[in-house]
Amino acid sequence: MVLVYIDHANGKIKKSSLEAATYGVQLASKMGTSACAVALGTIENVSKLGEYGITKVLHCTDARFDSFDARPIAKAVSEAAISIGANVVVMSFNQNGKALGPRLSVRLKAGIIPGASSMVDVSNGFKAKKNVFSGKAIADCEILTSTKIVSISPNTIPVAIVGGTCTVDAFNPSLTDADFAIKVRGVEMVKGDIPLFEADLVVSAGRSLKGPENWGMIEECAKILGAATACSRAVADVHWRPHHEHVGQTGLAISPNLYIAVGISGAIQHLAGVSSSKTIVVINTDPEAPFFKAADYGVIGDAMEVVPKLNIALKKLKAG
Amino acid sequence: MELKEQAGAGAVTVINVGPADNEQIIRKALAVGADDAVRINAGEDVEPFFVASQIANYAKGKGYDIIFTGKETISYNSFAVGGMLAELLDLPFVSQATKIDMEGSKGVVHREIEGGEEVLEVALPFLIAAQKGMAEQRIPNMKGIMSARTKSLEVVEAIAVDTYSKIAHYEMPPAKSACKMIGADDMDMLVDLLHNEAKVI
Ligand SMILES: Cc1cc2nc3c(=O)[nH]c(=O)nc-3n(C[C@H](O)[C@H](O)[C@H](O)COP(=O)(O)OP(=O)(O)OC[C@H]3O[C@@H](n4cnc5c(N)ncnc54)[C@H](O)[C@@H]3O)c2cc1C
Repeated sequence: MVLVYIDHANGKIKKSSLEAATYGVQLASKMGTSACAVALGTIENVSKLGEYGITKVLHCTDARFDSFDARPIAKAVSEAAISIGANVVVMSFNQNGKALGPRLSVRLKAGIIPGASSMVDVSNGFKAKKNVFSGKAIADCEILTSTKIVSISPNTIPVAIVGGTCTVDAFNPSLTDADFAIKVRGVEMVKGDIPLFEADLVVSAGRSLKGPENWGMIEECAKILGAATACSRAVADVHWRPHHEHVGQTGLAISPNLYIAVGISGAIQHLAGVSSSKTIVVINTDPEAPFFKAADYGVIGDAMEVVPKLNIALKKLKAG
Repeated sequence: MELKEQAGAGAVTVINVGPADNEQIIRKALAVGADDAVRINAGEDVEPFFVASQIANYAKGKGYDIIFTGKETISYNSFAVGGMLAELLDLPFVSQATKIDMEGSKGVVHREIEGGEEVLEVALPFLIAAQKGMAEQRIPNMKGIMSARTKSLEVVEAIAVDTYSKIAHYEMPPAKSACKMIGADDMDMLVDLLHNEAKVI
């Protein structure tokens, strides 16, 4: 049996967890079994997971799970895994999955592949691939324990609706108030933006933009496309953009369908976070910029002139 | 070190799981102010569960108020040691933490989440996986380097731990096809390629 951990924010299932559900369902079918899900907290419409091929959802509606705390969640998920006899747990390698996966690994004595970027190969052992060394190599990781955990990188698999229904069972893990040691004082979200981690399209810019006042054209481009915005570390370091927008080795690792890099040199530490994007567009004045080697489409030119032109062309496309 | 200075009391122990070569770096940590150090003698390429188990074995029962780890290694980016260690020691755990302030015996910790940040409250003892922003990096000065020589660096042999996973092999990423260059005045062409060729917009 495969168990998928469902992460949520503001009562809604995250897209990254729908990817995990699809991944879990496809993995279960390769293993000749089915996939269940565990959902913790106040979440709308968990039965829709049936549409993605999940057969049963264990739902604990305890509101103490509405905010993320890795310790009680690891306890609850391991209890769910044991109760249904799951030998594989799947989750997203998002911020919460990064904290939960390792805890669960210890609790279930289960090896983990943190940040898998391929479907598990079950033909000879239990192996999945993962990008390592700043994207310079791919490691084929093998789990040797009988229970296994796979956390998947964003965009590893497209969310697939297969149709179907699932049962929703009430689930009441045995936890006490002392298990919930972390209290949320406040949450600061960047308003109205598409979360970078889940974005299919990303427009990103670097230090060459010379100041936060020049981000208008980047935001406009993102708005036309329905994309998220990102930046290089050089930009976040001088606080032109918030830190959680910075991608790369020390920032977020993303793999959107489209990554547009405006005036970013393409340092290896930057590429580490974006090189697995499906399509990369680079706009840079310097034909020797290292980013062109990682790009699919390149434009040599001044961002200040090229981006407004790109925006006009995009608007034309959107206007049909 | 910043927390110790703010509190005006306490001690900082640094711990590393690895070969003797790592002592150079451990001495640096002592030179910028750590009080003592431990190295668990182990090979270089060990899995996260091995590392976490060694640290847990050493730290268990020693009464540390706060344990800090980094959020991830820059080679494998697994984000694993902190969470595993927290579970082995049954401690509350804040990952991707960018800031901490102590309010008595409570830590107020900022944690990066998708699209923002949350501010959390957690009572001692706890474990934090830190990332950029947590503290100002310090550079050792001469006095620090001298005093580091006399500080204790205990070496402990590793305990045996089950193997959870291994890397079966490495391969090169698929070669990228050559970049298509588009003229700076030809944005209609770029949009057309993205729409009809790459099919991403
Ligand atoms: C341990 C470590 C970790 C790091 N982690 C990260 C990380 O996670 N993410 C990250 O991004 N960086 C990271 N870095 C920093 C990285 O090495 C680079 O310094 C950084 O990415 C550079 O940012 P940039 O490309 O915006 O700026 P620059 O390197 O200054 O590049 C600017 C680019 O813009 C071009 N340009 C100039 N003017 C124009 C114009 N008018 N129009 C168009 N193009 C123009 C230039 O030709 C140049 O290529 C890390 C570094 C270290 C040492």
